[in-house]
Amino acid sequence: MDLPRSVEDTGRLLAAGRYVADESLSTAVFLALRLGRPLLLEGEAGVGKTEVAKVLAETLGRRLIRLQCYEGLDAATALYEWNYPRQMLEIRLAELGGEAGAEGRARLARDIFDERFLLKRPLLLALEPDAAGPPVLLVDELDRTDEPFEAFLLEVLSDFQVTIPEIGTVRAPAPPIVMLTSNRTREIHDALKRRCLYHWIGYPDAARELEILRLRAPAVAAALAEQVVRFVQRLRAADLFKLPGVAETLDWANALLALDRVALDAATVDATLGVLLKYQDDIDKTAGAPVVAMLAAP
Amino acid sequence: MTPPSAAPAVASKLAENVVHFTRLLRAAGLRLGPASALDALAAAAAVDVLRRGELYWALHVVLVKRPEDFDLFDQAFRLFWRDPLGAAAATAALAQLLPSLRLPRPARLSRRLAEAWHPPRPRGGTAPGERTDRAAAGAALSFSADEVLRTRDFEQMSAEELARARRIVARLAVAPRPVATRRFAPDPHGERIDLARTARDSRKTLGDLAPLRFRSRLRRPPPLVVLCDVSGSMGRYSEMLLHFLHALIAGRERVHAFLFATRLTPVTRLLRRRDPDEALARCGRQVIDWAGGTRLRACLREFNRAWSRRVLGHGAVVLLVTDGLDRDPDPGLAAEADRLHRSCRRLVWLNPLLRWSGFSPRAQGVRALLPHVDEHRPVHNLDSLEALGRALAAPGHRPPHGR
Repeated sequence: MDLPRSVEDTGRLLAAGRYVADESLSTAVFLALRLGRPLLLEGEAGVGKTEVAKVLAETLGRRLIRLQCYEGLDAATALYEWNYPRQMLEIRLAELGGEAGAEGRARLARDIFDERFLLKRPLLLALEPDAAGPPVLLVDELDRTDEPFEAFLLEVLSDFQVTIPEIGTVRAPAPPIVMLTSNRTREIHDALKRRCLYHWIGYPDAARELEILRLRAPAVAAALAEQVVRFVQRLRAADLFKLPGVAETLDWANALLALDRVALDAATVDATLGVLLKYQDDIDKTAGAPVVAMLAAP
Repeated sequence: MTPPSAAPAVASKLAENVVHFTRLLRAAGLRLGPASALDALAAAAAVDVLRRGELYWALHVVLVKRPEDFDLFDQAFRLFWRDPLGAAAATAALAQLLPSLRLPRPARLSRRLAEAWHPPRPRGGTAPGERTDRAAAGAALSFSADEVLRTRDFEQMSAEELARARRIVARLAVAPRPVATRRFAPDPHGERIDLARTARDSRKTLGDLAPLRFRSRLRRPPPLVVLCDVSGSMGRYSEMLLHFLHALIAGRERVHAFLFATRLTPVTRLLRRRDPDEALARCGRQVIDWAGGTRLRACLREFNRAWSRRVLGHGAVVLLVTDGLDRDPDPGLAAEADRLHRSCRRLVWLNPLLRWSGFSPRAQGVRALLPHVDEHRPVHNLDSLEALGRALAAPGHRPPHGR
């Protein structure tokens, strides 16, 4: 599918993938596609950062290549690695086959650095040509990795080419669509930020959250969905250590559905608060009277 | 090293001045050894000293090793050699050299330079010779004087002693004990086989296995987060601790600093300025509640809510510098301290009041904090700062991957 031609187009495209984007996000995605720049999405956990890339890949019909970051991620896991055990096996087999002489050795040396022995990791895969068009490369939770990897990533993202000494340079025919996400558990280095377009995904307002609920949890009755959204929105205004994200709202709505509830009452909320709040302090602070007050408020 | 012999009197005068100039820069804090003076002499001898621009750049090239010293050198040169290039020209030249590093020109002389130029003690003439004698005498005395300084309370130091203490503080190395990361590095004594390198090496022998290569886990210090109280009751301590903070931050990744009194102010970026005077001046402009009262609970709360998840990742060590005297004692303080404690690898409370042997935790704030810190240490003189460095480098009380 072709890239969207305007901000509205982008919004419609995301909506087709059941993603409710506000105008600022649509603009950010549109510009990232139009300018061919990586898009860095930051925001609290559970606001739908990763989902943007997934939906984009799905609606554009592109391949999604995901690189989940973690501490200690290195080039061998992110880019490529030679399959050493297979190479060694190949060498032994060649010896057994009795292929001797300078010519045999030279062929062997050429053969064992063939692509067959190359284990391609996400970054290299993203540079390869794809019939459907450049893939969507999702570098997820970038803040979990460390600064050396960031520097390495910066290098790949600026040239979209990688040199493998034994094979040569792999260059992307067209740069992939790159999405990076960060939960902001540490600051991403300025140099990398400078390469990217930046967008902060905040919590949605009531109308948008209701729309998300309608699209993503269609089985939940409209009246209950409205109550759920109103309660969660009030909860976000409260003084909590960790506010519930959209993912929690969806989980909660589905949990209420599983419990066969059609309306919120204080006892149900208290019993299911653990779906929304993940810190004991927060639950202690909210359960009981505050829940009653939040439910009662007009 | 002999200056040109055409005019011996002029040349020896020049040599003397170059040496004085080097001393001035050293007194102002540039890292210059005796070799630098020799280099400076050689450089001055090699250029046409009558053209002052040449002298400026000749000395610049041998004496300035770090971009952050550009400004100081420029000021010192104009002061010492009576404005050879003209302020405007010097600024323009500097700007051209390093456009990205150009700082807003400080209106006044840097305090370090001012002190180096006008030592606070009373003195008669300004003859260069006298200045030299005094500088030399000062250097000879400094060792024993430093010994006395180590145990003296910051609060009781004279301005001159403070200045010297600041220089010692700037050299203190404080880094938390390195912890194992998930990354590996080649290591001949490592405990794991590095298959990739072994296989790569065996390419040379085509199949015959080369000697095994090994690797081991890379270790690096965890992030360090400092929360420093700058309220009125901290007095002189906060100034000295700021210098300490500056030394901590300069040139290190993964150190974050916050100042607080009535509100919390992040100052990491401000303290990254390499020149301590500039860095502190910037902090001073940014922190508006300087030397006000303390709202300990509110500030910890703000840190917990807005910052803890951003800077306490990767197992950070937190230094909380405060006297624990809260202006409006609040029952919520213990809960906030508890939250902070549980979000980090190790929480160290540095308390200048702990210097009194008779210190007992009577204040409400102190009592609320104490159960939630891993360590409660004094921080009132140079010795205690040094002890802090040692304590951080030692294994902590909590398991390395706790919480």
